Amino acid sequence: MTDLSAFRPSRRAVLQSGAAGMALMAAGPQAFAQETPKRGGILSFAIAAEPPTYDLHGSQTFAVMQRVAPHYSTLLRYKGGAYPEIVGDLAESWTSAPDGLTHTFKLRSGVLFHDGTPMTSADVKASYERIRNPPKGVVSSRQASLGKVGSIETPDPQTVVFKMSAVSSSFIDEVAASPWNAIYSAARLEKDPAWPIRNVMGTGPFEFVEHVAGSHWVGKRFEKYFRQGYPFLDGFRAITMSPAATVNALVGKQIQAEFRGFSPAERDRLIKGMGADAKVQEGGWLLHQDISFNPKRKPFDDPRVRRALSLAIDRWSASRSLGRISVLRDIGGVMMPGGQWAATEAELEKLPGFGKDMAANRAEAKRLLKEAGAENLKIQLLNRAIEPYITAGIYLIDQWRQIGVTVENHDAETAAWYASIGGDNFDVVMDSYTDYTDDPTTGLPKFLSAEKWPIAAPKFNDPELDDLYARQGATNDKAERRKLVRAFEARTMEQAYTVPILWWRRIVVMQDAVKGWTMSPTHMLYQDLAEVWLA
Amino acid sequence: MTTLSQTALRPSPARRRWRDNPVVDFAVSQPLGVAGLVAVLAMVVAAVLADFIAPYDPVAIDFEAMLAPPSLAHPFGTDSFGRDILTRIMYGARTALTIGFISSFIGCTIGALIGLASAYYGGWRDMIVQRGIDLLLSFPIIVLALVVVAMVGRNRVGGIDVNLICAITVPIIPRAARVVRSAGLSIREMPYVDAARAAGYSSARIILRHMAPNVLGPYLILLTAYIAQAILLEASLSFLGLGVNEPTPAWGLMLSGNSANFYQTAPWMILFPGAAISLAVFGFNLVGDALRDWLDPRLKT
Repeated sequence: MTDLSAFRPSRRAVLQSGAAGMALMAAGPQAFAQETPKRGGILSFAIAAEPPTYDLHGSQTFAVMQRVAPHYSTLLRYKGGAYPEIVGDLAESWTSAPDGLTHTFKLRSGVLFHDGTPMTSADVKASYERIRNPPKGVVSSRQASLGKVGSIETPDPQTVVFKMSAVSSSFIDEVAASPWNAIYSAARLEKDPAWPIRNVMGTGPFEFVEHVAGSHWVGKRFEKYFRQGYPFLDGFRAITMSPAATVNALVGKQIQAEFRGFSPAERDRLIKGMGADAKVQEGGWLLHQDISFNPKRKPFDDPRVRRALSLAIDRWSASRSLGRISVLRDIGGVMMPGGQWAATEAELEKLPGFGKDMAANRAEAKRLLKEAGAENLKIQLLNRAIEPYITAGIYLIDQWRQIGVTVENHDAETAAWYASIGGDNFDVVMDSYTDYTDDPTTGLPKFLSAEKWPIAAPKFNDPELDDLYARQGATNDKAERRKLVRAFEARTMEQAYTVPILWWRRIVVMQDAVKGWTMSPTHMLYQDLAEVWLA
Repeated sequence: MTTLSQTALRPSPARRRWRDNPVVDFAVSQPLGVAGLVAVLAMVVAAVLADFIAPYDPVAIDFEAMLAPPSLAHPFGTDSFGRDILTRIMYGARTALTIGFISSFIGCTIGALIGLASAYYGGWRDMIVQRGIDLLLSFPIIVLALVVVAMVGRNRVGGIDVNLICAITVPIIPRAARVVRSAGLSIREMPYVDAARAAGYSSARIILRHMAPNVLGPYLILLTAYIAQAILLEASLSFLGLGVNEPTPAWGLMLSGNSANFYQTAPWMILFPGAAISLAVFGFNLVGDALRDWLDPRLKT
């Protein structure tokens, strides 16, 4: 399902890292397996943003995932040191019917929630029903991925059966292994479906201790965790700090890791400051920086205006220049560059906004704006006060200035940024989307209609896009699926409700003493920290 | 002997006429103040004439010139987006002065009115106001500004962030009120205030027409001193990401972001904006101190 060739540590990363880091990178998963884990210690790591919610079902941001994931379990998970191999987490085993319409999961016995109550199939059903059909007041960011689930049955406390209304070619990846699909307590949800938004209690390797807003989040080892011998750490402390402070804290050994990623300049500073203590890992990132236009506001209800603004962005120049100062680097369409579903360079160049002749692109953009009666356009850009959003914003404002568009920029904190999106209070919003596997079914919902993707920033209705998405997910013919993905991509760029600017390049630097953590092309995976240990 | 001594100490009539010009008198008696004034005027000229004298567009990106060191083409070098730092400092003066002056003016004016009213009424009303001021003064100025900006968020009107000005204004108010109240307490006891009371003038008229003009000296000193403070606060808030947003040129903002990553290889990215902030604060403080000394009659005897 996933093309791992698109994800590999770079030669530069290996050469630049310290000796211990190089040894680990060169040995890969073998080294992961060979080292003998040591028990104990508290892992301190940095997170650059505050969580707007504690609810994994309703979140898309690392600010939630990296803090909350250690407290929960999922049905399946990606195997440590062997991405993208899938193994059972709460599920002991699973089978899929030959027709692809039934998936049966056998659950482990003896799994306990942190409050001591046993986990059963009822909890799995309640959690998945909450994602499929979120009650009033609950946001579900993964609703679209469960669109083909017809019903969920629980014949006994240890068995869950997903009956599909249609075949989903990537069901196991998109549903069972999604790190967002945490299993909550059915009893707690029954009392209050919104309980997980402000409370934390799961079956994960760590119990929740405290969250002090703006300061830290603390977890301690759950002694009755169902995976025997795990976790190795006594606990973890996630500290809220800016990227600049994170660099200094890593160099000063006040923290041991940061899992999201650094810019090339930050990496170079870290290598210089940490010397042989630095473990550097680099690779592609299933994460694209994008912009969304609010079609409920004029003139963004006009596709010509949206397309003009996308056309004006010189992505090729951005890749060369922004790649030197930020994590924004790779040029791609709706699927990860270099991956098996990605457009080729020739295919990309045919899409609006990806042509290399910028003079022609800008002339066409101006023509479209004039045609739409939107010359001398003044717009407000809602941005997030975090890198690389700020860098991307500066670049965009300059690009749009070149076609006569004036931009008023507003860098908002994460919670305020989410609130503005939720309330449709924006003209244009700088956004991003991260996936956990290189599959169109999990990667494309960002571009769907609001009906299919309720938390989408732009609220629009485009049946053609939705249909192309549904059709690509229903076929097992790879060539046919690729064709449908290209058609989806073309439609996305033409309508330009949401368009990618650049894809991120992941650079993770941590203390070499942090072992057992797996680098992957997403900062949402391997964050339950069960296998992490300190040397 | 006495006559001779007095004659010797008295300036000659020509010199006295020359010193009667207040501008000349200020220049002669307060040379450091003049130096501060020169720095402030340079800043004002840069802010007002930036559109004409700045060599580049302050927001234009030029990746060909990314992180260029100081040269003839870019006297202060360029930042990580290739933007000319000299140009951004010139336009940054506009941001600093606008926010600094408006915040200081509003803060000092409101503070002065509160201080005067508190001094005039006295009694339990004065006590309540002063305890409120004590409460506000217990917060460090930057903390109070941070609290306000975090509470009210952002609200741009005509290109100016009104809430940022609010955040900077609020910490100035109690400080100005406390100083003006001290002056007001002695003015309240003056015979002309008693006369105004006896004539039946309203409290508002006595405060605004009879007391306010007599605290103009301390008010002007506060105004200049707090412009410096406001510029520093704006720079601090922008540095922390709570002030002015990119790509608006602002000195504090120029010290944040990518500057942290490149200050070792491109020190000009932080050197010149830092110097601009220091010079502006230094300039306004010198002017404020000089005004205080010049207006203080005790220092003239």
